[in-house]
Amino acid sequence: MDQSKPKSLPLTRRGLNFEMLMWIFTRLSALAMYALILFAIIGALIMGARNEMNLADLMRWGFMPNVTHVQNTNVPDVAPWETSFWKVTASALLLVAASHGMHGLVVIADDYIVTPRGRQIVRILSIILLLIMSVIGLYVLWTS
Amino acid sequence: MASKRQVSLVEGFKYRGGAPMLVWVLHRVSGIGITLFVGMHIAASFSSQLFGLEIAKSLNAFYMSPLFQVVVFFCALFHAINGLRITVLDLWPKLIEHQREAIWVEWAVFLPIYSLAVYVIIRTAMGG
Repeated sequence: MDQSKPKSLPLTRRGLNFEMLMWIFTRLSALAMYALILFAIIGALIMGARNEMNLADLMRWGFMPNVTHVQNTNVPDVAPWETSFWKVTASALLLVAASHGMHGLVVIADDYIVTPRGRQIVRILSIILLLIMSVIGLYVLWTS
Repeated sequence: MASKRQVSLVEGFKYRGGAPMLVWVLHRVSGIGITLFVGMHIAASFSSQLFGLEIAKSLNAFYMSPLFQVVVFFCALFHAINGLRITVLDLWPKLIEHQREAIWVEWAVFLPIYSLAVYVIIRTAMGG
């Protein structure tokens, strides 16, 4: 293998377009979601979620740390979850996860819908769906 | 420019992609599963909160069932661990040489955690 030439192109010639940005966004949002889920579980442990944990409770704390999502779990006092701090955390997880998931569906659809017109329709639909899901998700988080 | 599909679905199933193809398919299926579940869950929570729909409440109650937990935790954990493998290999391209070993490491991490989780779900469902 020839190691003399550098393998990576300079940034200006790499084709920094939307697809490339979404490719890196998918990786970085995955890292962000690991951090947010870990953060939510650590937060639950600090707020007294220590005894008789089961997997459903763990998923409730980890995947969405807002108060209606954790009120059935085995925690004596869910009041600390009502703060804006946890609502902002939950909103961040919602928005990151929704865009990651919606972009994933577009990537999958691109493998089966190959005409330019079809791909345009998929993109428009995905943007509309993403906006709707984000708005109703934020509504559920901030009004419950 | 539109490309044309070269093989039929049946031909596609006959393709022997091995371990990398298996994790690719599982990543795709689990991703679709999580997106559908989370989308339905948000929509159901929204409609039960706003209109008090009974069907939305029973849908959210179904998510507590042990069988659903086994499925959804498979999707979430597999997608998370396989996604970490993809992220690591993509952000450090020199590691792509070891991609087959990375898949073995992935299963070595996934199987113990998932088995423990299934054990905990079954034990909880049995009332213990």
